[in-house]
Amino acid sequence: MVLAAVRGLVLALAVWPWTVVVYCLALVSLTLIPLGVGLVTTPWVVRAARALADNRRDLARRWCGMHIPSAYRPLPRTANPARRTYALLQDPATWRDLRWLMADTVAGLVTALLPVVLVCYPLEGFALAAGLWRVVTDGSGGPYWYAFVPVGDRTTALAAGALAVLLLVVADRYAVNALGVHFRLTRGLLTPGRAELAERVKVLTDTRRDAVDTSAAELRRIERDLHDGAQARLVAMGMDLGTIELLLDKDPEKARQLLAQARQSSAEALAELRDLVRGIHPPVLAERGLGDAVRALALRLPVPTEVAVELPGRAGAPVESAAYFAVSEVLTNAVKHSGADRIWADLHHAEGHLRISVTDNGRGGAAIGAGSGLAGVERRLGTFDGVLAVSSPAGGPTMVTMEIPCALS
Amino acid sequence: MRVVLAEDLFLLRDGLVRLLEAYGFEIAAAVESGPELERALAELEPDVAVVDVRLPPTHTDEGLQCALTARRRRPGLPVLVLSQHVEQLYARELLADGSGGVGYLLKDRVFDAEQFVDAVRRVAAGGTAMDPQVIQQLLARRSGDGQGPVERLTPREREVLELMAQGRSNTAIAGKLVVTERAVAKHTANIFVKLGLEVSDDDNRRVLAVLAYLDRDR
Repeated sequence: MVLAAVRGLVLALAVWPWTVVVYCLALVSLTLIPLGVGLVTTPWVVRAARALADNRRDLARRWCGMHIPSAYRPLPRTANPARRTYALLQDPATWRDLRWLMADTVAGLVTALLPVVLVCYPLEGFALAAGLWRVVTDGSGGPYWYAFVPVGDRTTALAAGALAVLLLVVADRYAVNALGVHFRLTRGLLTPGRAELAERVKVLTDTRRDAVDTSAAELRRIERDLHDGAQARLVAMGMDLGTIELLLDKDPEKARQLLAQARQSSAEALAELRDLVRGIHPPVLAERGLGDAVRALALRLPVPTEVAVELPGRAGAPVESAAYFAVSEVLTNAVKHSGADRIWADLHHAEGHLRISVTDNGRGGAAIGAGSGLAGVERRLGTFDGVLAVSSPAGGPTMVTMEIPCALS
Repeated sequence: MRVVLAEDLFLLRDGLVRLLEAYGFEIAAAVESGPELERALAELEPDVAVVDVRLPPTHTDEGLQCALTARRRRPGLPVLVLSQHVEQLYARELLADGSGGVGYLLKDRVFDAEQFVDAVRRVAAGGTAMDPQVIQQLLARRSGDGQGPVERLTPREREVLELMAQGRSNTAIAGKLVVTERAVAKHTANIFVKLGLEVSDDDNRRVLAVLAYLDRDR
């Protein structure tokens, strides 16, 4: 009961002011769109609203075990602010967020305070019964109203106390539910409609098919590599060893030669396996995580590459792996095609997203398209609802940014 | 010479113990996990530690971290790190304190017992043993643009540089390239002039200078 009250208080004091701020900013930003300023600010405000809504979803899950589904379209990947704003305003989820913000400024506050009041009001009744009645009735003629009890003397104060006990029992039963009212309201306003869910299902179906196709192709590649590489070498080694066994007495010199050859084969098989492992899951990634894996990768590049990492924890293994191979592909592209003599990679985590940017000072002109490695990167990230944006004017510089929603542990 | 050995795969650990014992080393402890290694390094004061990068319980870079911690506590504690893969990043961390007595080799190098044992001895004596792959990566990065000082070395000098960076002495380089020691000394002097490094008589310091040069950011 007390916990529910405290949570209500937190909602009202620490979370609710943000609602007001973001809602006001959203209104200002939308009205400024005709002036052009709004085009730049709206994407930011919309994202702030999403973050706020996601935060409330998170609180609903943690405090009330209530799941509020979300169905945002991926953030538009164009760098053009007008197109960005347009795409965001096309998303029904944006308008739903705004409706929720509006309701939250009033109804949200009231419902958040409900459990607080339920818990605090009986306390006032106790205080009256304990002696506060003397103070509040002092001087002024009329009685002090506690609910429907006119408090004027000891007896009525005790009656107020009795009522407070009753109210406390009620509060004990219903305070948790009262907090639930707030989140039910939030859920009612934030839950996406059927059409949006259908759209989301389509996106998920597409990305799932991509993921399955990609991993099947990966497995085929690994199978082929093993079959033609390490496996073949081990067969050769086994044959050599068999021959050595035969030759050991008859022709020791020849046996020695074959031994050297077998050793060579084993070294080559190991080298091939090592390369293969690096392609499946780089050991540094397993040992050190994404930041150091990208640093190690940068050290292997022929172009000087600066890596800045600000990751307070590690993302889940699948996300790390996808992010690593995405960065790897983008870096390889930069080295191969951009003609750059410097590359910068930046990895950080903010607002629930892993953000990676790779910039080079090359000639630009990179694009996501059929046949380019970037399309593959986009598919890979799509599985994790990640997005890829490329800004690469002719003449450079090229900047590739990637965003994957994920939590760090 | 007393060795602490850390390797989680039983077969490899057993093989290394036998190999090192055959060459007259005394195995002070052969352990299989990070915490055990930490204790062994702290309590047994070995002359050299041979450590696998990846160890239980985390199966990440536990071995490397133990080695680095032990070297911080006892600067210059000779450590030879073995791994299934080599990364310049790790080599850099091992070399960072500049005090030598560091080795970093692929596990495959164990195949050649003589060379491996030579590397262990070198590291124990305060020298360096860097895997040829590390050096090749460093050189490849250095000579990307086709005009750096490394590019101006003759092919022979480059060979000498590679071997020197691996940590080998002039005598060993001369043996490997089948030339006289004097010829190697001449090549080294040329290399140092071309790279603009200060010449030092101390073998170990010389190697560290070369490695630092190769690893420097352009």
